[in-house]
Amino acid sequence: MRLFTILALALAVGLATAASPFASSHPDGLEKVAEEKAFLDTGRLAPIQEDAPVPDYAFPGVENERFATGLAGFVGVLAVFAIGYGVAAVARRRPLTA
Amino acid sequence: MHIPDGFLSTEVAVACFVPAAVAVGVGLRRANVELDERRVPLLGVTAAFIFAAQMLNFPVAGGTSGHFLGAALAAILLGPWLACLVLAVVLGVQAFVFADGGITALGANVLNMGVVGALLVGGLMAAARRVAGQGRTALLVISGAGAWLAVMAGATTTSLGLAISGTVPLGTVLPAMLGVHAVIAIGEAVVTVAAVSAVLATRPDLLGVEHQSVRPVVAGAV
Repeated sequence: MRLFTILALALAVGLATAASPFASSHPDGLEKVAEEKAFLDTGRLAPIQEDAPVPDYAFPGVENERFATGLAGFVGVLAVFAIGYGVAAVARRRPLTA
Repeated sequence: MHIPDGFLSTEVAVACFVPAAVAVGVGLRRANVELDERRVPLLGVTAAFIFAAQMLNFPVAGGTSGHFLGAALAAILLGPWLACLVLAVVLGVQAFVFADGGITALGANVLNMGVVGALLVGGLMAAARRVAGQGRTALLVISGAGAWLAVMAGATTTSLGLAISGTVPLGTVLPAMLGVHAVIAIGEAVVTVAAVSAVLATRPDLLGVEHQSVRPVVAGAV
């Protein structure tokens, strides 16, 4: 399991860090439909999101757009792994109720 | 983009939290009762891979892109309820850290991009197991067809949420959403089949399938 985990995580980190800067920047399915059907403007950030640590997948303070995206991907993928692993580990140990 | 705050009425946003929370709750309980310790990292890795793949927008027709969602893949690797938990982790981090997808809309995003597809694919897997057993072919067929259907189902429930909210008429949004997502869902199917094939080749035991390899020592080491 350990080697599989390491290889799969390495693939995820690699994709998020090195491939994401080259992903298409066109609007995705929902955004395109929202644009065409004229309801995109009804969307807004929640107040708590005004201070999001990495808004819009661009690491703050990094001038180069591709580096900013890659760094955002790197940080994000490790955060998601840690939280996913942590939630599963904690949930496993939770005492059974009723 | 995921559904931001403002697209949905408060009533619809709140109503979506209920099934989303129930599904995540069942996922947490499943993690407690039946997740064996060796599979804890698999949950983290699945979440990480889905997060990474969701960043990789690929072009579809007409200046539009699409990206992976991952509910089908997670359901195949971990079962439908743990898949709901995985998608909730991914979408929660995206909303709070990356401002992608609303906060009040988080329930709707978990429902549309996680729960709907995961339960659909979970149902297909249960049905296939009864009919054909847990074979490689059945798994790959479900990976492809299930992934496509999961995206289309999510596009449908997203459209319903928008229409019930009064944001856009159903007759306007549903054909548009299904049209573009019919293409995006092909990408979902390709990635899901590729990922499931990779797991089948290296760790078929994770999918309840026996090793077919003629090199059991090498495969066992992985």
